[in-house]
Amino acid sequence: MDIHHFFTAEPAGQALGRVLWVVVVILTLVPGLIWYERRLLSWMQDRIGPNRVGPKGLLQPIADGVKLFFKEDITPTLVDRAIYFIAPAIALFPAFALGGTLPWGPDLNWTPISNANIGILFALAVSSLGVYGVVLAGYGSDNKYSLMGGLRASAQLISYELAMGMSLAAIALISGSLRMTDMVADQTKPLFGVVPFISNWNIFTPWGLISAAIFLVCMVAETNRAPFDLPEAENELIAGYHTEYSSMKFAVFFMGEYAAMFVFSGIFAAVFLGGYDPLIHIPTANVGWLWPLIFAPAVFLTKCFLGISLYIWLRGSLPRLRYDQLMSLGWRSLLPLAVANFVLAAFWMLAKEVAGPYAGFGAWAIAAAVLGGLYAALSRLFNPKNVLADREVIFVNEAAPRTIELVETGVGQG
Amino acid sequence: MAVVPLAGLAMLAAIGVIAFKSPVRSALCLVLNFFMLAFLYFSLNAEILGITQVVVYAGAIMVLFLFVIMLLNSGGENILGEKRDLKFGGGILLGLVAFGLIAGQAFFPLLSIATPKADDHFGSPQAIGLNLFTTYAWPFEVASILLLVGIVGSILLAKRKL
Repeated sequence: MDIHHFFTAEPAGQALGRVLWVVVVILTLVPGLIWYERRLLSWMQDRIGPNRVGPKGLLQPIADGVKLFFKEDITPTLVDRAIYFIAPAIALFPAFALGGTLPWGPDLNWTPISNANIGILFALAVSSLGVYGVVLAGYGSDNKYSLMGGLRASAQLISYELAMGMSLAAIALISGSLRMTDMVADQTKPLFGVVPFISNWNIFTPWGLISAAIFLVCMVAETNRAPFDLPEAENELIAGYHTEYSSMKFAVFFMGEYAAMFVFSGIFAAVFLGGYDPLIHIPTANVGWLWPLIFAPAVFLTKCFLGISLYIWLRGSLPRLRYDQLMSLGWRSLLPLAVANFVLAAFWMLAKEVAGPYAGFGAWAIAAAVLGGLYAALSRLFNPKNVLADREVIFVNEAAPRTIELVETGVGQG
Repeated sequence: MAVVPLAGLAMLAAIGVIAFKSPVRSALCLVLNFFMLAFLYFSLNAEILGITQVVVYAGAIMVLFLFVIMLLNSGGENILGEKRDLKFGGGILLGLVAFGLIAGQAFFPLLSIATPKADDHFGSPQAIGLNLFTTYAWPFEVASILLLVGIVGSILLAKRKL
């Protein structure tokens, strides 16, 4: 059969082409991402970073890859062999499958892989599968630290999955569809329904902004990136779930993490930043095929890189959360906020139905007031004022409160 | 006909759940089983049902199962070893009888179905949402209250003092 005909006309060939395109792009970008992260992070930390291998250190990931290939592949004796070896593969699979419903451009022949009616639910489902690789690696390694890492990963994922789902539900409500292409198309409408030349990205609306903030926190938590990298906290758990993995098995985990970062940034871009939409309405009809095949994916990829830069920025600036802080943030702050946001989005839709687009501006003020009030109430409820501050501490062994005496020693003076 | 391989894999996985002695492997087989069921739903055009199966069972409940198994770290595989006595044979016999009864009920009606496929919009999110909030609004709300009671009850059980 003619190969060109197969990839352009046959439905199966088109599907294969779409899959190949996404997988090849992600696989090509991952080494670049690793270099980018190391350079950006070192710039943020006032270091130089890898700059010796190739121009600007660009070939460093390849050198690292070669090193990982030729490292000794150690398998501990007492591991649960089947689970131990299958875990990296299971960790890699969801990272790639996650992008299955993600539109890269407007041409439905090329993207997304499946324009299913359940697009955003599919992303949620697959992202919750990402934890299996980590959990199985932790269990199969027969190592206490790995097991702790796996345990932490599963608890963390369950906690943040809920808030993530609720934040996306608000957007699904606004868009009126679970299909990701519909969500992107919905965001190309005029801003707030009244400004004609700027697109109405979800992040410009109050509920969209709050959803975006919640989703951002949850997506960092789901990809086990700093400051939520408790499953591999190196100061407590050596390397967490991949302690016992060496050589290429470790590289597969690493690759999965970066691929997941990339695809999650893509989902964030598609749901909140208008996908491949360039914000300002430009006439796209007269550039022909250049727009759907080159410019639109370029806009989309730019947004993905912004997301990844944000990931790295967070890693560079925030310390790792303590375990109870992680749980408290997920259950006590993000989840109630996401539910309140969901209800408010519904009210806004009702207001718009009844009173037209300008009612949206009034709804903004109400939304801000209600959400702010709710958040204040929740923080009051769950963080009662610091009891330790006004509790009197009496030391049993010390009769009198200790006073600091200044002793002149003469050392360091003169 | 995607049904036969999917159903076969689902059955193999289900047998694996009870045949493996390691609790983690049993749980993994259950995950595989849920996946195959989800694929069955997909092949029948019931997209939302299939994805809900994955989100709820494979994504949440089984992760919790694994969490508990790992937390207890029930490494003692011997605990799950069973004695082979008369009850074992009796169980197999009764299982075969039940299988025969169900298969006898289901096999012949299934043979007469030509296209086991629903209409295009049968399992779509819109159709399901519409049904849930119109025809089945009452059972839907009752189920949600039941779930709420369950949540409150579990918090009461878990926390001595609120």
